[in-house]
Amino acid sequence: MTDPVVLDTDDAPIPPPPIDAAPSQGRAHHGRRDLMVVVGLYVVCILVALVASAVLIAVTGGPWRSVLSALIDGSLRRPGRWGQTLTETAPLLIVALGAIIASRSGLVNIGQEGQVLVGAAATAFVATRGSGPVVLVLALVVGVVVGGLWSGLAAVLKYARKVPEVITTLLLVFVASQVTGYMLTRQFLLLDSDPNRPNRTQTSAQLDPETRLPFIQMFGNKFPITVVIALVLAVALSFVMGRTVWGLKLRMVGQNARTAQRAGVSAVLVGSLALAIGGGLAGLAGGLMLTGGLANYRYTSGFSSSVGWEGLLVALVARNRPLVAIPIALIFGGLRTGSGFLAATGVGREIVDVVRALLVLALLVPPAVMFLRDRRRASASAGKGVS
Amino acid sequence: MNDVTSDATNGVGASASTPVVELCKVTKRYGAVVACREVDLTLRAGEVHGVLGENGAGKSTLMKMLIGLVQPDDGRIVLDGSQRVIHDPLVASSLGVGMVHQHFSLVEPLTVWENVLLGEAARLDRMRARRLVTEIGDHYGLQVDPDARIADLSAGLRQRVELIKCLRRDPRIVILDEPTSVLTPAESEQLFHTLRDVVAREGRAVALVSHKLAEIMHATDVVTIMRQGRVVDHQPTATVTASGLALAMVGREVSLRGAAAAVGAHVEVSADHHSSPQPPTESSTQPVMLRLSDVTVTRHGVAVLDGLSFEVRAGEILGVAGVEGNGQRELGDLLSSLLPLERGLVEVDGNKVRCGRAGSLAKAGVAVIPEDRHDSGCILDMSVAENLVLDRTHLVSRAGVVDRARLHHNAVELMKEFDITASGPEAPLRSLSGGNQQRVVLARELSHRPKVLIAAQPTRGLDVGAIEYMSARLRQAAVDGIAVVLISTELEEILHLSDRIVVMSRGKVIGGMARHEASTERLGLLLGGVAA
Repeated sequence: MTDPVVLDTDDAPIPPPPIDAAPSQGRAHHGRRDLMVVVGLYVVCILVALVASAVLIAVTGGPWRSVLSALIDGSLRRPGRWGQTLTETAPLLIVALGAIIASRSGLVNIGQEGQVLVGAAATAFVATRGSGPVVLVLALVVGVVVGGLWSGLAAVLKYARKVPEVITTLLLVFVASQVTGYMLTRQFLLLDSDPNRPNRTQTSAQLDPETRLPFIQMFGNKFPITVVIALVLAVALSFVMGRTVWGLKLRMVGQNARTAQRAGVSAVLVGSLALAIGGGLAGLAGGLMLTGGLANYRYTSGFSSSVGWEGLLVALVARNRPLVAIPIALIFGGLRTGSGFLAATGVGREIVDVVRALLVLALLVPPAVMFLRDRRRASASAGKGVS
Repeated sequence: MNDVTSDATNGVGASASTPVVELCKVTKRYGAVVACREVDLTLRAGEVHGVLGENGAGKSTLMKMLIGLVQPDDGRIVLDGSQRVIHDPLVASSLGVGMVHQHFSLVEPLTVWENVLLGEAARLDRMRARRLVTEIGDHYGLQVDPDARIADLSAGLRQRVELIKCLRRDPRIVILDEPTSVLTPAESEQLFHTLRDVVAREGRAVALVSHKLAEIMHATDVVTIMRQGRVVDHQPTATVTASGLALAMVGREVSLRGAAAAVGAHVEVSADHHSSPQPPTESSTQPVMLRLSDVTVTRHGVAVLDGLSFEVRAGEILGVAGVEGNGQRELGDLLSSLLPLERGLVEVDGNKVRCGRAGSLAKAGVAVIPEDRHDSGCILDMSVAENLVLDRTHLVSRAGVVDRARLHHNAVELMKEFDITASGPEAPLRSLSGGNQQRVVLARELSHRPKVLIAAQPTRGLDVGAIEYMSARLRQAAVDGIAVVLISTELEEILHLSDRIVVMSRGKVIGGMARHEASTERLGLLLGGVAA
């Protein structure tokens, strides 16, 4: 005999709660103390992750003492390694920038992995059909467009049929994986027609040397110009979001779509564009990975190697701030090269994956804590502001 | 005033003589506001007891105390002759008190029988539950398919499910809080038919909370009228008239709030007096700035705006009065480009506007101070400066790039002009007080030089000083030649500011008058949904 489903019985209907900003910008009101808290949290979390990793490696009979030094050796210390780290960092950063744009418009795009795949496959499709810088640029542009159309599908479904973009972008990852996998089985699409291709695996033809990205040599390290492109994009995005009218509109839609609609900013237009740009950037990342020499300039199955997923994590850790994403992407890149090196010291591949996951988790905890705290503060101050 | 209970109900019939619930001198305070002050209410078996009052008269608070959602600060609740403390709705339920809430508390994705069983501690028995729904449905004429999903049901059918939910616990006391606010007239008729049945056949006690005169007259045996937290009258329904009820509900003289008094010269205003401190403005010769013709918008199958028509001329303040939930919110949304039009026409300064298109009304020159500024008036996580230019970014930008100096300059000027207190133009809007947030909205909207200003409940939740400021600004806007539409549920506010008044009921205008012709009785009838 219960009737717990008692809602509001007031005369006045409860107004809808303010559509809260997803991650609040929170730059200005983060004082020095907050910074200390964040740094402290990171230190504790990373220490915990390292200790847990060491224990795990010790239990499975590996050289547990050398986890940290192997990670540093692999990402920085050994010759040529930091160039490699930068190479890995650039696509992560570009993917993260795409995720940031979508988040800022209030949308959650989690399908970067698929957008990277279709972007890389589309770039490969064009780039293997010619040679020269014009073909290179054209191929990259096609990769951007295809990546953008891929996430644009999610936008169409969202605004035409109200299908949540979280679901569609995620499911499109699996569609992308299947479609690009199919392309690798057909010679008229991507499959290399050379019967002597290495190991007879399913790969695309190798890019012509004229259709590859130029490299930068520095102190014995070598990395493609992707790194420069990624940095320029990060700065550009920061400027667009912070200083341009379009950036203002993007934030309006993301933080209060109804106020935006009243003020003449259509969530449909801005949101669709943001989602498409995000996909385009992921597609660009895929194309740059290919033309920057990943998998020896061949599109192979599993080409994206989780860059899409990790790029999304970079955006989360950076809490949707493009410039903060730069160092975060660098850490994630270092983790990729470092853990590769860890595997070379005799630690099992599965264990290395677990170690990497632990460290990623350690990086995710502090921003999650800060996000929750900001939101609590925000709702507390909103409560005060009402009356 | 209301000690006439026993005499009053003698005429109703022998079955209606046993008091089931007695509320004695219950008082509830929220801070300085007294929601209920020494209220007495007696519900008898076999009797439908109407509780009539305007928004905020204390009706809902009173019922919440009976159902255990709110604890009285003072007074006693007596059930069947013994004093009870009703801690929570579970206690109320075990004592036989059931309530059908104004806003449905149904889970939309679930089926009817699942909703009816919700909260049951025992094992779910689908067959039994479906049988239960069918039986209760047949018994009271509340037929509804037990396997239907709530989301697919009309408002009338949802109301039935709520009633079944309540009645299946076999309550001796049934409270209905504004039960017809979402129903069509035919559905209301059906509901009252059922109610009569419940009372006559089974001797239950029913409290019907309402602001609609027609249904109080039609469906109740006794009526208690509340105003500003007090019981002002108590009568057998047979002895009252609609206009008498209207007068009692609205008050013989519209009382003045402290805030309104602060406006100054207009303290003397009273609706019954034909004196008008402000001469009627010569606005009939002014051009019509906003015209709505036959505007219709439906939601969930109910016409929330149903053939709404009115026009406002430059320089006049049109007060749109009405009890909450009669389409005012939708009217505000429509004029904020948030709702598309199904039928009808909206014209601003003679030009047709495409409603529902982002910014179409703002562009046409309609400024809005929305009912809920957090919903569609401002963006809490943006700075004050940004909030001041949301729809006019072209003024502070060059080639798509925001000119920070101009943004800052614009903010500083508006903050000075509208006396906005903030730590600076860069302060997040969230950090401002409610009154200052409201001023930011006002500043942005008025700095447009709009043709029309819509102010929806503009003073709700503000303190006295802020109310005074807002009232002065609205008057000034009219003086400046803007057509002002004041949508408010507060009659005093409407009477103080408007040149002309229209009353909305069920999504349309059911009557209008110039302010100096306004009489309390007529307004009360209109507010009660009786066209006069």
